[in-house]
Amino acid sequence: MPSTRACGWSGGSRRSDAVAIRAIGTEQIRPGVGARIVDGFRRFLDGDVFYSFRRSPVTIVASVVTLLLFVAALFAPWLAPYNTYDVASLNLIDAFRPPAWADSGDPAFLLGTDDQGRDVLSSIMFGLRISLLVGFASVVLAALFGTLLGLLSGYVGGALDSLIMRIADVQLTFPAILIALLIDGIVGSMLAPAARRDFKIYVLIFAIAASLWVNFARTVRGSTMVEKNKEYVQAAKVIGVHPALIMLRHVLPNVLGPVLVIATLSLAIAVLTEATLSFLGVGVPVTRPSLGTLIRIGNDFLFSGEWWMTIFPGVALVALVLAVNLLGDWLRDALNPKLR
Amino acid sequence: MLAFIVQRLGQAILVMLVVAFVSFSLFQFVGDPINNMVGQETTVAQREALRERLGLNDPVPLQFVKWVANAAQGEFGLSYRMGKPVNELIAQRLPATLELVFLSAILALVIGVPMGVYTGLHRHSWLSRAFLTVSLIGISLPTFLIGILMILIFGVWLGWLPTFGRGGTVALGFWQTSFLTLQGWSHIVMPAFTLALFQLTLIMRLVRAEMLEVLRTDYIKFARARGLRNRAINFGHALKNTLVPVITIMGLQIGALLAFSIITETVFQWPGMGLLIIQAIQFVDIPIMSSYLVLVALFFVVINLTVDLLYYAVDPRLRVERRVAAV
Repeated sequence: MPSTRACGWSGGSRRSDAVAIRAIGTEQIRPGVGARIVDGFRRFLDGDVFYSFRRSPVTIVASVVTLLLFVAALFAPWLAPYNTYDVASLNLIDAFRPPAWADSGDPAFLLGTDDQGRDVLSSIMFGLRISLLVGFASVVLAALFGTLLGLLSGYVGGALDSLIMRIADVQLTFPAILIALLIDGIVGSMLAPAARRDFKIYVLIFAIAASLWVNFARTVRGSTMVEKNKEYVQAAKVIGVHPALIMLRHVLPNVLGPVLVIATLSLAIAVLTEATLSFLGVGVPVTRPSLGTLIRIGNDFLFSGEWWMTIFPGVALVALVLAVNLLGDWLRDALNPKLR
Repeated sequence: MLAFIVQRLGQAILVMLVVAFVSFSLFQFVGDPINNMVGQETTVAQREALRERLGLNDPVPLQFVKWVANAAQGEFGLSYRMGKPVNELIAQRLPATLELVFLSAILALVIGVPMGVYTGLHRHSWLSRAFLTVSLIGISLPTFLIGILMILIFGVWLGWLPTFGRGGTVALGFWQTSFLTLQGWSHIVMPAFTLALFQLTLIMRLVRAEMLEVLRTDYIKFARARGLRNRAINFGHALKNTLVPVITIMGLQIGALLAFSIITETVFQWPGMGLLIIQAIQFVDIPIMSSYLVLVALFFVVINLTVDLLYYAVDPRLRVERRVAAV
């Protein structure tokens, strides 16, 4: 509805004007940092992106779910009912409790307990932490390298471009999960057995990042080749700006939109890859279980009917992946000017 | 055409050489192979003799050439963990994986294509909506969770199907098959369906999108104007034209099926290649890891080459365009 949108615009501007005027009052000429953040935030709330966000109930639900899971993971040590890393607090008498609503459930353990008497809900919150840590770290690494290689490939061109893109082509013919598994296995086996436990998580992050960089590189390369021929780049070249500076200062900010979208969608893939590898027993070490490890551990007890140890971590995983995927899809449409 | 094949072949050989080099270097990085093979009471002289006999004192490039020559003949050495020749282990496991992948591909095609056609033709029926919702779930659920859910429902709660292993197999020469006994079928149906589900939804969505595209074209309108029957239009004209992308995607997806069979095999304890490689990674069994690497790369290279060539066989437009471009 265009009319509400227009109202939102003018109302918001008036409010932000007021903020700016108040800021002038206190800070003489320029608005302070706080006021500028508030002002920017107001402009965001009035902008196109937030408008399309408000119009999509699915996206709102997805973002609420994502936010809840992020908060649960980030503040797990304070929010979780029990500290599952604290072995001393475990009591074997509490082992194999079904969820609280079942017949022999204990209200103290909402989602039941595992074979060691660990609270499943707390395990999920701590597991989510590991899953998201690995997910974010590998996406950041992949985005960094992929964007850099894509920029170089697109801007420099020539032999470097063909080399990078041939590698990308070859890698794309193999499924990402296979690449991550094999890199994880190969690099992991190169470590000395003692170092393997401590460094395994970094190997995992590297392996997942190595399976993800291609998407970033190809997209950034495409946009860079378009930007390269625009006038502002030509102008920068003419006045003698260093090519590295043109790439990072001028081209990079203009190709970052798609990178954000790919990063969001990659986060879902990375979390899923981590869970899969951990489920297969080659991911994170069992001392710090992720969601995938929890599912794997619970899987051993599936046949004796203790389903809650597998299903609840599974639900958390699916909720996270689905919510992030939906957010990514929305972001792709919202940032695409053609669809507006 | 010839230039295209030569170029693709060159790329394939290059990929294989790189993979072979990675596989070979695995042995260089991971410990001393002699230590993995002999007991503690072996003397230094004996170790040295073994080292000489295995050619480990040769220069590295020569070792690489020998290794490639052996690998080309299917010789990958002994498994560290099991002490058996790797090619024997693989020959034992390969049929299980290939049968699983084959059945999954068939399932995905036989169920996916009709579902895609139906949802393409009847866009607004409730059944189409149901199919699309189910496919969304199929895409969102990771393979291992689908497997676990199936085990929980059909294996544990309902008790209908066995949940692990291959059950009784029948030997056809060296090939152990599940397809000849009822028990074998009961064991393969859950893993195959688990593996097929993602591909199935993919094919369904692809066929649906292609059908919607094709049904809008002029030649379909013209066929309707000519008074052809719906069946002839939908299946003879529309579906036929959607099959080109389906064939390509399916070819590429067979590779994905092979990769995801690792997960399915772990969930269902299916004694195939996937279980072999996972155990090899956990126990750092280098000969198996390196041979698996070479084998999988070979598999993918052959598939991609075949798909590229199939393009030409299936789609006459490509051939014409090439010829025009050449002129």
